Amino acid sequence: MRIKEHPILNFNHQKEIHFTYNGRAMIGYEGDTIAAALYDNGIRHFSDSVLHKRPRGLYCAIGNCGSCYMQVNGNDNVKTCMTLLEENMEVISEMSENDD
Amino acid sequence: MINRDLVIIGGGPAGLSAAKVALDAGMNVTLIERFNQLGGQLIKQTHKFFGSKLQYAKTRGFEIAKILIDDLSTYSEDRLQILLDATCVGLYPDKVLTVYQYNKYLKYKAKSVIVATGASEKVLAFENNDLPGIYGAGAIQTIMNIYGIQPGKEVVMVGSGNIGLIVSYQLIQAGVKVKALLEASSTIGGYLVHASKLKRLGVDLLTNTTVKKALGKDQLEKIITVRLDDQWKEIPGSEKEIETDVLCISVGLSPLHQLMSMAGADMLDISELGGLVPKKTCDYETSIKNVYACGDVTGIEEASSAMVEGRICGLMAANHLGFKHPNALELENDLNNQLCVLRQGPCGEKIRCGLKKAGEINV
Repeated sequence: MRIKEHPILNFNHQKEIHFTYNGRAMIGYEGDTIAAALYDNGIRHFSDSVLHKRPRGLYCAIGNCGSCYMQVNGNDNVKTCMTLLEENMEVISEMSENDD
Repeated sequence: MINRDLVIIGGGPAGLSAAKVALDAGMNVTLIERFNQLGGQLIKQTHKFFGSKLQYAKTRGFEIAKILIDDLSTYSEDRLQILLDATCVGLYPDKVLTVYQYNKYLKYKAKSVIVATGASEKVLAFENNDLPGIYGAGAIQTIMNIYGIQPGKEVVMVGSGNIGLIVSYQLIQAGVKVKALLEASSTIGGYLVHASKLKRLGVDLLTNTTVKKALGKDQLEKIITVRLDDQWKEIPGSEKEIETDVLCISVGLSPLHQLMSMAGADMLDISELGGLVPKKTCDYETSIKNVYACGDVTGIEEASSAMVEGRICGLMAANHLGFKHPNALELENDLNNQLCVLRQGPCGEKIRCGLKKAGEINV
């Protein structure tokens, strides 16, 4: 959920950006990273780990840890916490059962 | 291959400050930043800084970032090249750098390199610590203060150092309930002024308590806490369940040493500095000639000291290559003095001890 009122900061959530997550239409805002927009849409579970298929989501949110990798516009292992959301982006969870 | 006098890796408080002084001394500079904007972790810090006026005390972190970035706005593009969305993926002893930006690899050859890569957050070992919903304190600040998103309905904080205390307060400012703050030791780690603020707002500060286990299907639903005795051993039967959708881990930082290690610099493992750090001279030069390091990558400290170290580093890099800063000597003395002041008193004990172990004499 977006912060409506804040004693110090002003957030400019003006321009909508449309994208899909596993085929579902979603809306984020200009300036969001992919991870931020997904998070705001209630998505915490981004992908599954390769070996043990454990749920993965954000951890560090600044590009250090690699926990938020997803497939974006056909490219694998995109750091969604560092990549800005763009209009019509296709974001797909990297689930290990799809890897055959 | 692009030739530069100085390449700085990291556009946070240390890197920005280094750039300013090196530019003033006449060097041409390339500044490499991984994120899409400069400022490092300052951009999400909404609290007012301590220290003195010289390090922008009483100014909020994100405003300090603006000041440091504005300080660089007067230089032409050939003097200062800023690469955003650019990750340095290779640093070699001959000062060749590989930089990855927009699906391309760029190759730089520098006369000097300043490594100001900062730090990453430590994790805590407990069952299911990888569940989504469990984040570092920095991640919480990013989601809240940069993107304006509430990280969850309720948060349990682990760790009562200054970051844990400040981020708890910031969560409340963002309208999120902080259910409890857990601290494994018997005392609060950070400043009491921050802790009292939380107490007044009704946050339970639970000392001698840690998280034993996280539970949830695809994301965090609840945690099990446990009390610890004086030997940090779990007290059987003291487990308690707390429902929460977010657990915030704030148990310290470790230096992002990887590029230094890759370049083959001599490294030291010093727990007071946060782990592996490059060995350096009092001129901030690492064991590789004309490769310098400053800020959290040389030991975990505050942004205030990172800025001062950055300035010293910029000055040293310029000096060693024969670039003359207009008031080099005066500046050097003043900056070293600022560091001493920042590190004095009981709060500077840990860093002074770490720097002594690292063999720095002027502490």
